[in-house]
Amino acid sequence: MEARILNEFRAIVGAFGLITEPEQLSTYECDGLTMFRVLPLAVVLPTSTEQVQAVVRVCHREKIPFVARGSGTGLSGGALPVANGIVISLARMNRILEVDLPNQRVVVEPGVINLNVTARVAPDGYFYAPDPSSQLVCSIGGNVAENSGGAHCLKYGFTTTHVLGLEVVLPDGALVHLGGRTVDRPGYDLPGVFVGSEGTLGIATKVILRIVKKPEVIQVLLAAFNSTNEAGAAVSGIIAAGMLPAAIEMMDNLAIQAAEAAVQANYPNCGGLLLVELDGPAAEVETLMEEVGEVCTKCGAWEIRVAQSDADRARIWTGRKAAFAAVGRLAPAYIVQDGVIPRTALPHVMSEIERLSSEVGLRVANVFHAGDGNLHPLVLYDSAVPGQDKLAEKLAGDILRLCIKAGGSITGEHGVGEEKKMFMAEMYAEPDLETMQLVRCAFDPENLSNPDKVFPRPRLCGEKPGVYEPHPLEVAGVAQRF
Amino acid sequence: MPGAPGVMTQVSWPELAEIVGKEHLGAATAADAIDGVEAQMVAEPGTAEDLARALRWAHAAGLKVSPRGGGTKLGWGNPPAACDLVLSTALLNRVLEHAWADMTVIVEAGCRVADLQKTLAEHGQRLALDPLWPERATIGGILSTNDSGTLRVRYGSLRDLIIGITVALPDGTLAKSGGKVVKNVAGYDLAKLFTGALGTLGVIVQAIFRLHPLPRESRSLSFSGAPEALNQLLLAIQSSKLTFTGLQLRAEPGSGRLDVRFDGTAAGIEAQVNQILQIAGSSVPSDAPANAWTAHQAIWEGAAPALVAKFSVLPAQFAAVCALVERAAAAQSLAWKIVVQSVGAGYVRLEGAEPALHTVLVTLHDELARMGGTVVALGCPLAVKRGLDVWGPPSDAQPLMVRVKQRFDPDGNLNPGRFIGGI
Ligand SMILES: Cc1cc2nc3c(=O)[nH]c(=O)nc-3n(C[C@H](O)[C@H](O)[C@H](O)COP(=O)(O)OP(=O)(O)OC[C@H]3O[C@@H](n4cnc5c(N)ncnc54)[C@H](O)[C@@H]3O)c2cc1C
Repeated sequence: MEARILNEFRAIVGAFGLITEPEQLSTYECDGLTMFRVLPLAVVLPTSTEQVQAVVRVCHREKIPFVARGSGTGLSGGALPVANGIVISLARMNRILEVDLPNQRVVVEPGVINLNVTARVAPDGYFYAPDPSSQLVCSIGGNVAENSGGAHCLKYGFTTTHVLGLEVVLPDGALVHLGGRTVDRPGYDLPGVFVGSEGTLGIATKVILRIVKKPEVIQVLLAAFNSTNEAGAAVSGIIAAGMLPAAIEMMDNLAIQAAEAAVQANYPNCGGLLLVELDGPAAEVETLMEEVGEVCTKCGAWEIRVAQSDADRARIWTGRKAAFAAVGRLAPAYIVQDGVIPRTALPHVMSEIERLSSEVGLRVANVFHAGDGNLHPLVLYDSAVPGQDKLAEKLAGDILRLCIKAGGSITGEHGVGEEKKMFMAEMYAEPDLETMQLVRCAFDPENLSNPDKVFPRPRLCGEKPGVYEPHPLEVAGVAQRF
Repeated sequence: MPGAPGVMTQVSWPELAEIVGKEHLGAATAADAIDGVEAQMVAEPGTAEDLARALRWAHAAGLKVSPRGGGTKLGWGNPPAACDLVLSTALLNRVLEHAWADMTVIVEAGCRVADLQKTLAEHGQRLALDPLWPERATIGGILSTNDSGTLRVRYGSLRDLIIGITVALPDGTLAKSGGKVVKNVAGYDLAKLFTGALGTLGVIVQAIFRLHPLPRESRSLSFSGAPEALNQLLLAIQSSKLTFTGLQLRAEPGSGRLDVRFDGTAAGIEAQVNQILQIAGSSVPSDAPANAWTAHQAIWEGAAPALVAKFSVLPAQFAAVCALVERAAAAQSLAWKIVVQSVGAGYVRLEGAEPALHTVLVTLHDELARMGGTVVALGCPLAVKRGLDVWGPPSDAQPLMVRVKQRFDPDGNLNPGRFIGGI
């Protein structure tokens, strides 16, 4: 990168806010999906909206692509740098600017860590509902970009439900306010479009969040079944009875074994484990928990435990939360996928995964948000065995295709990023993708903000798109650092 | 010729008849006019594909098009700059798939809300939304106007309930986004972009929603008092651990009401009612009248001329808004009424002479903007709308919104001028 441009960046963010040394740059070469690595030309670490704006203006003038980065925990390569561009890290913009309890709003800078929002309002009985498992480290800006979810989003909704307003630096350096503190601001729902846009529409520099009051009581039920099919039937039974649990999570035997080995959660050794969390008024949770127990028994549960105390509850959740990392004990490497299916397709898709897995001879552990049909199949392999990584990638891809065929999605919360962009052309028809491009072109006509992510093929705005040529199977990702 | 003068010299309507079928095209009447702007023809395509083709044809012919569902809110927005063709979704009225076990539904845009709810109720489910005039309003219409009601505090608004959409664009493209799973982050969320866009980007032809179970039991209470006291009580209830499914404040000269609704199991409701009595202290509630939860609809009825405007503020500002409206109305000798949901969206009704209504609207635009809120005139005589933007002052995102509009509707053919800032 030319010295004059670096000097300009240095003048904006200070010497302390600019990284150009290759050893230091390598910290930023990938996100949580470590199989993709690209060294950026520079990393800038602004501390204010004005600095972000000034940096983006330089990028716009010089046509330098930029990639925003929060905590770098993304699992789809969203924060992967581009070789001829810079990374703009929001990590130093990490102040909670305002807490308005009567109106249940919190205003934060994008670098604020997810859990810190809850920590700040918990003494007053509130919490910030979207709870990705990475909430101890991931940033609100990253959550906004990915529309992140978590176990409790089944009841409380995803990030998009909890973001009311955004301050955004557009790719041309203009500062705009989308949405606001109040609901239904006149005009297009641009916060609704920006949330989940994976850094491709600009950089969020301020976020207005909604916080939620903690429920009166929380109870978790653990139920052991012989198979995930039986457990899946119980999930459908619970939903059909008109209940909306705070969370319904499922693990198969391989995942249970891994979790046991890692954290001794004291799970029963079974074919399908269900965790159901109910929250709300004490009297209601009491009644409904009994009903959940009955449904589970009817569907074949042979052991049921209900955790009443906070400590019990935490113990039951430890195994589930540690499941990803724990799977690392079963194999040297694994690929985690994030497909979604309609709940009722679960038995079919599970048996298909089993068939595919035994065909190629690779084990697949399954951990999922069963309530909303979000699967996290973990494809285990050993890269020391020649060809096994390719097999694993193919299997992971075939599982995504199963999800598409079942009427589902290739990603429920991790985003498309770099990893799954070729699958977008399998999930959507060309006119759908072209229509989405209209949005990008309105925000970023020069394709500077996280270019070439999410969509299968780069396009120039205004270009007449030709006939789409299918690409070879896209490489699925490896996520080893949990 | 009505509409855009001088734009078209010759319109070959028989071409359109060929596209949608003769029986689906007719001459417009005065009843089809939008804010006094009369269209020439009304088309009611029988399929989404025909609708898209009709749109493409109109686009090529340079015609201005206004999409229409049940026609219940055609007066919302600014008067259109022109309208040649009304494109009705009336025949796209099927519930295509109620996957009750997955709690999702695929429905065509012209389906009336009440008809959809009837189908869903067969399996004990509902679209957890109570918009205006459900007997007549269509899915496409409530989406385009982002209508909502009293259930919103618990289940969110349309943006939280819609999970997939199919739209027809001016160039005839039929495009989808989202799908039939409740969790999905693949690609941009066009469903949210089209929700509340007032038909200025394209025509919604199909939508997919997540559903909720019908409540087992329900009970509502109503407190009376002055708006200031009720606003405090509302904040106290909101910051308690109660799980209400409705919480609204109603006010008119000399009277105020706070309604709260609990749904759930009998035991849960009873426990919550006991708790709310403790929170309320000396203020003793009565059972809410059956019509409490249709107050947002009833506010549209009454003496004319009148102005009904939607406003958005923070929950702690409700009493201030009541005081503001009372003051502004008194200065112009207008009658007034307010109903606002605890999420911060409400309606104000003002009755009286047209110039006075116009004056108060201008005041409300200014004063609510100063409070950080917004107000949009929805129902009012044309004279009240003249000389102002019913949407209020645009934000710094207006140029971006214009760019979005230009990408989707480059020639400005869809509902020209009706949306914010002349979009
Ligand atoms: C162990 C582990 C568990 C996880 N569990 C979950 C889970 O349960 N649910 C879930 O949804 N995800 C989960 N994730 C994925 C990840 O944590 C989330 O996607 C998270 O939101 C990313 O936040 P981040 O700050 O790390 O963002 P990054 O990885 O730094 O960036 C993610 C994307 O956001 C963009 N971005 C970052 N900041 C901004 C900004 N200010 N403005 C615009 N764009 C920006 C980047 O360009 C990139 O495209 C998990 C990850 C790990 C490692």
